[in-house]
Amino acid sequence: MSTLLDIENLWVKFPTRSGMFDAVRGVSFSLGKERLGIVGESGSGKSMTGRAILRLIRKPGIVEAGHINLHETNLLDLSERDMRKVRGEKISMVMQDPKFSLNPVVTVGDQIIEAYRLHAKASRAEARMKAIEMLEAVSIRDPERVMKAYPHEMSGGMGQRIMIAMMLIPNPEILIADEPTSALDVSVQGQVLSIMDKLVRERGMGLIFISHDLNLVSQFCDRVLIMYAGRIIEVCDADKLHEAQHPYTQGLLGSLPRFDQPKARLQVLDRDPQWRDAASVEGRP
Amino acid sequence: MSTAIDIKGLNVYFGDSHNLFHAVKSATFAVESGASFGLVGESGSGKSTILKAITGLAPYWEGEMTVAGQPLGAKRDRAFYKTVQMVFQDPYASLHPRQSVDQVLSETLRLHGFKDINDRVDQLLKDVGLGPAFRFRYPHQLSGGQRQRVAIARALAPNPKILLLDEPTSALDVSVQAEILNLLKDLQAEHDLTYVMVSHDLAVVAHMCDAAAVMRNGEIVEILSIEDMRAGKTAHDYTMQLLNASANRVATVAAD
Repeated sequence: MSTLLDIENLWVKFPTRSGMFDAVRGVSFSLGKERLGIVGESGSGKSMTGRAILRLIRKPGIVEAGHINLHETNLLDLSERDMRKVRGEKISMVMQDPKFSLNPVVTVGDQIIEAYRLHAKASRAEARMKAIEMLEAVSIRDPERVMKAYPHEMSGGMGQRIMIAMMLIPNPEILIADEPTSALDVSVQGQVLSIMDKLVRERGMGLIFISHDLNLVSQFCDRVLIMYAGRIIEVCDADKLHEAQHPYTQGLLGSLPRFDQPKARLQVLDRDPQWRDAASVEGRP
Repeated sequence: MSTAIDIKGLNVYFGDSHNLFHAVKSATFAVESGASFGLVGESGSGKSTILKAITGLAPYWEGEMTVAGQPLGAKRDRAFYKTVQMVFQDPYASLHPRQSVDQVLSETLRLHGFKDINDRVDQLLKDVGLGPAFRFRYPHQLSGGQRQRVAIARALAPNPKILLLDEPTSALDVSVQAEILNLLKDLQAEHDLTYVMVSHDLAVVAHMCDAAAVMRNGEIVEILSIEDMRAGKTAHDYTMQLLNASANRVATVAAD
């Protein structure tokens, strides 16, 4: 399997009044044409890892890494101008809540057309055709109407599908999805996930799927990194997640109420201070 | 067993005459005292609105609501709030950012006419598993789970019989969710509480409740016991759809 992205010893730091806070502490992993899940609780550094890849951490945050290689290019060496070419065209990102990631005063159509024309030399008419095609690909029934609509006229599930359409239209090699379905209802989650899955498969893209939902990740991904306190504490195949070795992973799985297996009390996680200090596991296959 | 909550033909409206939205359409259900009842459905299905109507936060409603034997009118009196309390979804938004835990709890106690406030605040904090060390903290010094515990303590302050829980764990991590759900179960056993719980997570409702109403577009589609739900015994396609969606989220849709 060819490696699309390789990350070596990534740190994300934030200076605070009480010293440096390390949000991500020395994470190394690689991504091929696969679906890689990153799971962890809030504050485990999973979103920061996703953002750091695209260099979206703002000052005063500091990103340090041995390298973040996209093929042979180290993203850390690129100028901000070159980086803008990477964002969207090579790697794009779907954020958690479509309400906050779509521009509220621009129609959906104009936003998708803009995303396409930034990266491809195309006339407005061509871009419009392409945008309608893309909206159809994400199972939006009436693309002509949606093109003219503003984001507030869309439901959450529609909004997230529009985001996916917009992110996939420049045909990137890697898609980073940061909790793409947590703001959605269960019934809509399924639709959005299967659309994303289909597109990623058809186009042979690499997907980094960031989520706090272990069951979802085990059903959806090929490989899973489990993060705790800024480090990767375990790497496993998604279908073997339920055989995970680390007590933290086991604890997370045990704390979920199960629909098919009722139990009187839920297991509560006992955090071992040693987990924080254990060395990061390398997330390469 | 007596009936804690009895709701018959409840309609709730939002907006005014030309722009009327019918949020809940003739909902009927009853909850025995000491039981837990779940309301499930997608967002916008009207499940939270039912809780709001019970607590008097939805002004336009019609139908019959009886809580602890008392029929509800247009206004709620203090005795009502001594019986019924609510825990909201987002503990980050439901606590006053500039009031300490002590202020939040003692204000509620004072309003309900308790005299031994000092002892009661200590007892409440102990009940929800927070030590006395948390008493003078502000919300920003607490984690999400701790805040939700404070919100539960505040709801418990007037010694209510009925707690309305509006997605009490959906803003929390799974490990913290487990702690809060365990806490709610313990408190129910200790204080003999009746719960009405709104959630979009079927597994959480199945864990907590004895029976649940499935809602869609403001209507109650079906009321069924949790055993039937687990066994998949339902007469309605929509319930089946929901069950499938939450059991196996990716596979079901991929099969379409």
